[in-house]
Amino acid sequence: MILLLALIIGVLYAAGTYLVLRRSMVKVIFGLIFLGHAANLTIFTVARPTKGVPAFVPENALAIAEPFADPLPQALILTAIVIGFGVQAFTIVLFKRTYQTLGTEDLDEMRSTDTLE
Amino acid sequence: MLSLLVTGFLASALAPVLYRRFRENFGWIAVIFPLFMFFGFLSRYPEVAAGEVIRESVPWVPSLGVNFSFLLDGLSLTFALIITLVGAAVFLYAGAYMKHYANTGRFFLSIGVFMTSMLGLVLSDNMLLMFVFWELTGISSFLLIGFDHRKESARRAALQALLVTGGGGLALLAGTILLHRVTGSVEISSFYGMSGIITSHALYPAIAILLLFAAFTKSAQFPFHFWLPNAMEAPAPVSAYLHSATMVKAGIYLIARMNHEIGGTPLWQDTVLIAGTATMLFAALLAFGQTDLKKLLAYSTLSVLGTLVMLLGIGSELAVKAFFIYLIAHSLYKGTLFLVAGTLDHETGARDVMKLGGLRRAMPVTAVTAALASFSMMGIIPLVGFIGKETVYKAILELEYWGVFLIAAAVAANAFIVMITLFVGFKPFWGETLLTPRPPGEAPLKMLIGPALLAVLGLLFGLFPGVFIAVMLQQSALSILSETLSLKISIWQGFNLVLLLSFVTLLLGGVLFLVRSRMPERLLALRAPALLKPSAWYEGSLRLLSSLARLQTRLLQNGYLRNYIIVIVVTAISLASFALYRSAGRFVLEPAVAVTFYEVALAFIIVVSTVLLITSKSRLKSIVALGVLGFSIGIIFVIYGAPDVALTTFAIETLNVILFVLVLYRLPRFLKLSRSSNRVRDSLIAGGVGVFMTLIVLYATSFELSPELKRFFAAASLPEGKGRNIVNVILVDFRALDTLGEMTVLAIAAVGIFAMLKLRTRGRA
Repeated sequence: MILLLALIIGVLYAAGTYLVLRRSMVKVIFGLIFLGHAANLTIFTVARPTKGVPAFVPENALAIAEPFADPLPQALILTAIVIGFGVQAFTIVLFKRTYQTLGTEDLDEMRSTDTLE
Repeated sequence: MLSLLVTGFLASALAPVLYRRFRENFGWIAVIFPLFMFFGFLSRYPEVAAGEVIRESVPWVPSLGVNFSFLLDGLSLTFALIITLVGAAVFLYAGAYMKHYANTGRFFLSIGVFMTSMLGLVLSDNMLLMFVFWELTGISSFLLIGFDHRKESARRAALQALLVTGGGGLALLAGTILLHRVTGSVEISSFYGMSGIITSHALYPAIAILLLFAAFTKSAQFPFHFWLPNAMEAPAPVSAYLHSATMVKAGIYLIARMNHEIGGTPLWQDTVLIAGTATMLFAALLAFGQTDLKKLLAYSTLSVLGTLVMLLGIGSELAVKAFFIYLIAHSLYKGTLFLVAGTLDHETGARDVMKLGGLRRAMPVTAVTAALASFSMMGIIPLVGFIGKETVYKAILELEYWGVFLIAAAVAANAFIVMITLFVGFKPFWGETLLTPRPPGEAPLKMLIGPALLAVLGLLFGLFPGVFIAVMLQQSALSILSETLSLKISIWQGFNLVLLLSFVTLLLGGVLFLVRSRMPERLLALRAPALLKPSAWYEGSLRLLSSLARLQTRLLQNGYLRNYIIVIVVTAISLASFALYRSAGRFVLEPAVAVTFYEVALAFIIVVSTVLLITSKSRLKSIVALGVLGFSIGIIFVIYGAPDVALTTFAIETLNVILFVLVLYRLPRFLKLSRSSNRVRDSLIAGGVGVFMTLIVLYATSFELSPELKRFFAAASLPEGKGRNIVNVILVDFRALDTLGEMTVLAIAAVGIFAMLKLRTRGRA
C-alpha cells in the first residue's frame, strides 16, 4: 500500500518537474499544482496512513482508542493546501495580467516588460 | 594600552569636526594627538629598558580565545615610538600641505585611524586581534592612496594595494588558525618555548608559508613589490608615513615577531633570505629608469625593505643588530626625504628630478634638511645611516657560503641608493637653476619643522648611539632571538674592510649618478616584456577573475526560469542520491495493509489524467484532467481516514477549476514551444526526480515512527482543546499561530489578486 502511494508520489513529482520546465506559463502553473499535491501526499505517506477510523474522539468517551489516523500530518496538510491555493490563485491572476499586457504566455519572451507593446 | 587605542579612534573620529572649526591652524592641533601617544609610550621606556615585558589583557570573545591582549617589549616599543614620532612630524606637515585639498577633514580621519591601527598591530599579543588591526591598516591605506578619488590612476592604485595586502591579510588569518590547531592558542606570548613543537608539526610548512606570504605582501617583497610604487598616487604625507616609515614595515614586524617561535628552520630562513635579497637588488635596479621624485624614493624604500628582510633571513646576532639600527635609520631619513619631496612638489609644482635644480637659494632650510637626511641615506659618517650600513655589511661578511654574493648584491643595491639620494636630495637644490612651473619659495614653518626634526634626530642618533639606541637594541634583540646579546654599538670602528666597502659604494653611486644624468632618455624607454612583470600577472589575474565571473553569471544567472530549476534540482538530487545510495541496505518493503481494487483503480486514474494533462493541446481538456487529478487525491484522503483534508481538497479543487476556466477558456490552444531535444532532456530530469522521490518515501517509511505526538494530541484534544475532532483542535488551538499565518498569507494573496485585477497600466484602458 505504501509502495503504491510512493509510486503515485513519484509520478506526481515527475509530472510537476516536467511541467515546471516548460515555456508555457500555464503549464508552469499546472506544474506548481502538481508539486503541491505531491508534497502533501509525501507528508501524508511518510506518517504511515491508516485505513478508515478518522481521528475523532467518540461521543461519550474521553479519548480515542487505537487504531486511528494520525491527526498531526492531516493538520499540516490542511494548512499547506490552503496556502497552496492562495499561491495558485495569485499565479493564475498574475498570468491573466501578464497575458493581457504582453499578449504571450511564452516565458522566453517575458524577459522584460518593455520589449513588447 | 586598550584605552590609548580607544582614545586614538575617538580622536580620529573627531578630526573632521575639529578641522571645520580650526581650518587655519589644524596642523598644530593635530600634532597633539601623536605627540600625546609618543610621550605615553616614552613614559614606559624605563620599565622596558629594565627588561620588563608589559602585558595587558581585556577579554573580548574569551570562548574563541580572542582577547584585547597587548604586549609591550623592546620590539613593539621601538615600533610604537617610530610610529608616533614620525606621525607627529607628518601630522604637523599635513596641516599645511593638505590645505588646498578638498575633504581634508576626512584625510585626518583616515590617517588617525591608520596610526591607531598601526599601533594596535605592533602592540597586539593576540594574533586574531593583530589580524583585525592588520586589515584596518590596509583599509585606511586604501582610503589614503585613493584620497584623490577623482583620478582614475589613484583609484586603481588604491584597489591594487588593497587587494594585494588584503590577500596577505587572509593568509595571516589562515596561518593563525593553523597555529591555533597546533598550539591551542592564538596568544603570541603563549608560543614562547613551543618552538620545537611548532616546527616539528606536520602543519608547520603551511603555517610558515602563509605567514611569510602575509608579511611579503604587506612589506612589498618581490614578487609582490609592484603595489608600492603605484601607491605613490597618495599625497606626500601619506607616502612618507604609510609607505616608507610604518605600514610597509608591518610585514617585517611580523617576521621579526614570529622569528624565534616559528623561525630557525631552513624553510623559514632561506625563503626570507632569498625574498629579501631579490627585493633589495631588483628594486634598486628598477629605480634606475625613474625620474619622478616619489617613485625614486619608493624604489629605494623597496630596496631597504628587502635589506631588512634579508637581515632577518641571515638571523645572526649581528644581523639582528644591523636590522634594528637600519630600521630606525631608514624611518628617520626616508620620512624626511618624502616630506621634502612633497615640499618640492608643493612649492614648485614639479616632481620630475630632471626639471629641478638650483633651489637652495629659494629654499635654504629645506635644502639643509634634505642634505642631512641624504647623508644618512648614503651612509656618510657621522649619521645613523652610516652605522646602519656598516653593520649590515659586517653581518653579511660573517656568512660563510653566500657571503660573497650577498655582499656584492648589497654593495650594488646601496650604490643605486646613493644614486637615488643624489637625485632626490641634492640635484634639486644644487647645480644650475632650472625654471619650475611655479616660482619657488620656502615652505611654511609647519612644513619645515617635521622633516627638520627627523633629520636632526638622524644626526643625534649617529653621534650618540649609546644613548639612543643601545638599550632598546638589547631589548628588541631579546624579542626577536630570545637571547641576550653581547653587542656594543659605536660609530667609529677603525679602518677595515667594511669601511672600504662603504667607500666603494659611494664611489659607485657617484658614477651611476653621472652616467644616468648624461644618458639619453630614449635608452630608458626600453621596457621589460609584460610576461616578466609581476604587475602584469596581477592585471591578468584580475581580468581572469572578472571573465570567470561573467561566464558564471551567464551560466547560472541567465534569466531562464527552467535553467535555475534544472541546476537546483539536479544538484540536490545528485547529492541526496549519493547519501541515499550509501544507506541502500535499509529498504524494507512490507505491505502492511493489502492493496484493494479501489486503490489500484485510483492510481490508474491519477496516472491517466496526468498523462492527458501533459500531452493535451486543448486547455479545457487539461483543466478537466487537473480537476480529476485533484478529486482522485481527495479520495485517497477519504480512504485513509482524513475526511477534513478530503473535504478541503474537494472545495479547493472546485475553486481551482472554476478559476482556471474563467481565466483560460478564451485563450488559444497550447503551442508546441519547446524543441524535442529539450523535451527529452526535461523528461529525463523529471523521471529522475520521480524515481528519487519514490525512493525517499520508501526510505523514510522504513524507519520506526515515534507515536508520541499522535498519542499526545489524541489524549489532550478533549480535556485541553475541548473538541472531539482532533485535526480541528490542532488547527485552531494547538497550532493556532500556524493557522493565523496561513490566513495572513491568504489575505496577502487576495490583496495582490485584487490589485492585479483592478489596476491598469497607465495609458491603457
